[in-house]
Amino acid sequence: MKPFSFHRAASVADLPAGATIIAGGTNLLDLMKLEVMTPDALVDITRLSLDRIEPAADGLRIGALVRNSDLAADAVIRRDYPVLTRALLAGASGQLRNMATTGGNLMQRTRCPYFYDRRMACNKREPGTGCAAIGGITRNHAILGTSDHCIATYPGDMAVALRALDAEVEIDGPAPRRVPLADFHRLPGDTPHVETVLKPGEIITAVVLPAPVGGQQRYRKVRDRASYAFALVSVAAVIRVQDGRIAHAALAFGGVAAKPWRDPDAERLLIGQQPSDALFQSAADTVLRLARSQGDNGFKIPLLRRTLIATLRDATGMEAAA
Amino acid sequence: MTRHLRVDEPIHDSPLDQMAQGVLGQPLNRLEGPLKVSGRATYAAESRPRGMAYGVLVQAAIPAGKVLGIEDAPGAIAVIQDKRMIRYAAQGLAEEGPKAGPEEVEYMGQAIALVVADSLEAARHAAQNLKIRYDVQDVPVDPTAVVPELPPKKQSSTGDLDKAMQQAPFSVDAVWHTPTHAAAAMEPHAAIAEWDGDSVTIRAGLQMLSSNRKQMADALGIRPKKLRLLAPYVGGGFGSKLGINAEAVAAAIAARELGRPVQVVMTRQQVFDLAHRRSETRQRIRLACDHEGRLTGIGHEALVSNLPGSDFSEPVTQATPFTYAAAHRQIVHAVARIHRSCAGSVRAPGEAVGVTVFECALDELAEAADIDPVALRLRNIPTVEPDTERPFSSHKLAEALHEGAERFNWSERRPPRQRVEGEWFIGMGMATAVRVNQLVEARAKVTLGPDGRAIVETDMTDIGTGTYTILGQIAAEALGLPQERVEVRLGDTDFPPATGSGGSFGAASSGTSVYLACEEVRQQIAKAMGCEAVDLTLQNGLARAGNVEKPLSDVIQSPLVGEGYVEPGKTEKSVRQATWGSHWAEVAVNRWTGEVRVRRMLGLFSCGRILNEKTARSQCLGGMVFGMGIALTEALEHDPRDGHAVTRDLGEYHIPCHADVPHLEVHFVPERDPYVGPLQAKGIGELSICGSGAAILNAIHNACGIRVRDLPATPDKIIAALDP
Repeated sequence: MKPFSFHRAASVADLPAGATIIAGGTNLLDLMKLEVMTPDALVDITRLSLDRIEPAADGLRIGALVRNSDLAADAVIRRDYPVLTRALLAGASGQLRNMATTGGNLMQRTRCPYFYDRRMACNKREPGTGCAAIGGITRNHAILGTSDHCIATYPGDMAVALRALDAEVEIDGPAPRRVPLADFHRLPGDTPHVETVLKPGEIITAVVLPAPVGGQQRYRKVRDRASYAFALVSVAAVIRVQDGRIAHAALAFGGVAAKPWRDPDAERLLIGQQPSDALFQSAADTVLRLARSQGDNGFKIPLLRRTLIATLRDATGMEAAA
Repeated sequence: MTRHLRVDEPIHDSPLDQMAQGVLGQPLNRLEGPLKVSGRATYAAESRPRGMAYGVLVQAAIPAGKVLGIEDAPGAIAVIQDKRMIRYAAQGLAEEGPKAGPEEVEYMGQAIALVVADSLEAARHAAQNLKIRYDVQDVPVDPTAVVPELPPKKQSSTGDLDKAMQQAPFSVDAVWHTPTHAAAAMEPHAAIAEWDGDSVTIRAGLQMLSSNRKQMADALGIRPKKLRLLAPYVGGGFGSKLGINAEAVAAAIAARELGRPVQVVMTRQQVFDLAHRRSETRQRIRLACDHEGRLTGIGHEALVSNLPGSDFSEPVTQATPFTYAAAHRQIVHAVARIHRSCAGSVRAPGEAVGVTVFECALDELAEAADIDPVALRLRNIPTVEPDTERPFSSHKLAEALHEGAERFNWSERRPPRQRVEGEWFIGMGMATAVRVNQLVEARAKVTLGPDGRAIVETDMTDIGTGTYTILGQIAAEALGLPQERVEVRLGDTDFPPATGSGGSFGAASSGTSVYLACEEVRQQIAKAMGCEAVDLTLQNGLARAGNVEKPLSDVIQSPLVGEGYVEPGKTEKSVRQATWGSHWAEVAVNRWTGEVRVRRMLGLFSCGRILNEKTARSQCLGGMVFGMGIALTEALEHDPRDGHAVTRDLGEYHIPCHADVPHLEVHFVPERDPYVGPLQAKGIGELSICGSGAAILNAIHNACGIRVRDLPATPDKIIAALDP
């Protein structure tokens, strides 16, 4: 591990310029041991009072330091935003969820094994060196929004649910602002090392949820083992059916792109329609119209289709999941 | 005095059955359990000798070639490149050190140097940032892209299989693939070396100290007497600690050079690169049977891989010649020489993948012939070993099949896709369990003091299996002592040499040596009591002969010492020794996502005398979970371009986790095997791995009608065959 300076911040105003923020450290520590990340300075923000869940406008404001396990267990979250609880509990392990924070979870880096292996070329780790994943073992890489420079996925679950809930990210810094989660993560393009819109000197202080929309909420994660594995694909769905027709549909997808993926065209196609397999098929066609296989990960295209259909059947009452 | 036994003849009446303590076989808790759960059991990396420096291995970043130069690292005490450093781990039971000379690179990730610093962090930082110049060589890394070797001794053929296949009313001819497996022990490989003059003590995670000592002495160029190995606690081995590895050799060299103790712990990624892998396999199985399901032809062709010149090749077909009979048989064993990390023994080498695939093929034959899979197996159990016509030492496969079918409610099994619960297809599958059995050399020393306390000493290891406990139970039974009055000392080459933990032979072999040592002590007690040993009863610290009963303290004035030495003899060849059992699984397959969830499993095993019902059962539970890994989750992927291991941590290499493992039920089929010595006990650990995955894969077929022949059966393989 490269030597670094360590500072424990007393307030948001007390963040040293250029320091890398550490909260739960569940991802950063691994990356520092491997020297995939080599910060000169770390600032520990765990003493900041950003660990509350409180009402905000019609919705909720979740402090950036709220732990994943606390967030998942919160009674209001469980009642009004169950897709979020389900996504959180589908992620990592109990021990990791006890450490991981809301803000840190948004900042977690890809699990592309070529990114973690310093012998391998990686545009995300060292811009301009190339992408060794392309042409390698690509079983868990992205099928949507990739570029010739990077095919990595955003690995998290929580953010996928937040995307379906239209959450916003509250950012403090020289110019405090709020950014829709939709715009927070960036697709790789030719700058895969720039993963979010967060600028140097800025910090996530909270995630803000809009008023609850009700409906049936599902988080369906398909993975290689029953726990402690990243999603092959995942689907967060918030679906409300009224008088036999779909009145509200929000769908977000994990494990398929460098950000939680959402496709407004597919949602529009569902609204106002009666649930049917044919309808769900065409929604899946829409989501996947630009999907691209790297070889090993080609199965994600049919898998996402099947998982979306199963989730929609479940959420619309066509089939109860056992 | 040493009591020596060469097992040339069967021992039908075990003297242990005449003993009175009643502790042998009891489901006692592990003696060292409290130490382990409270962190007081010191593993290899957990001692802190004064002045210790930290070493981190430097790994080659090329598939093959030559190291031309390594620049010095700022912040490090030393960068050690020594011709004695080894390129890969020693194979189990090797008498010499493995190939040395780290400047020649044979695979990506090979250890080529050691960086030593005053802290682990500094050493790792320096090791990760060395500038290394190479001469890169172009080498094959893909086992299917080379012409494989066909070692003549590993091919065999009886009759005319091609003809049998043509003439049979029912047959199967298909190809399976199993991926590379990693042992993935929890404790990473680690060593601390400390010199005292020209003698060195090395604490390391090792499974077989007596052969490890020879390997290490050879690697370092010192006499074995100058080397002491300590491995009192080992955090899992699963084959990966059978032979010495790069970290221990490098630690010893560095400690000598720097004149201070040196610790080397592999990173998790290094463990995946440097521990032996189980070779991937390509297996073609051909089966032919008549109208009644009697096998007429068996073909098993295996392709495995290893580095050029490495003498180990995964013994895929090891159990095939004796599990079932057929007049026409063919075994083919091919080895592809490629430059991936060294292949060696991992969790039941051979049968773990060989039996798994073979038992899947039998399930396909049962379907083709429309015969119940259990009936098909029962119909083909040989009465003697085919070809050699040797008798089996014991054979309880039929009992395991009958009892398993009963306990599992096998009769409720329906044709594929007939049982549906919501989105899930439910199915049942079964398989035979079989594993060769071996007794090996072992020595032990037992000291019984006038205080009525005994000490057992052997360099046997306890790799998490319960060895401390069962050896204590054997001594307690033979000496008539409560278990807590027996202290067991293991994992130190100063003690008499056992062969070690591996091949499931540890318990029976070292257990027999402990028993023999106790017999020697009993003889001395009998003498003091003025009776024959057969007339002596020892129980709860009392010695009884005829009408005389005395506390041991009245009989013994000074410590009595006995040594035991067992070695295999004629029964190794005169009979076919194996362990048998049956596996049963019920799974659910999601019709949309292809996820497989195991809902329940049952295993029945016959392994001779059970020394401790609890630790034996734990072994079987673990083995069944390994079978789940083989069937459903585990794959060490290698990059097709340079052969480097890609899924090289526990987040990416998927061992089944708690949420994957449902209720597992284990039963032992009672038996004794007289051909393995007075203990009448055989190997347990690996048997439960062999075939467990096949029961799951066969259950997947019974659930949804899909045969997955390319393991593991991850969701992508299932949905590829499911209806849209």
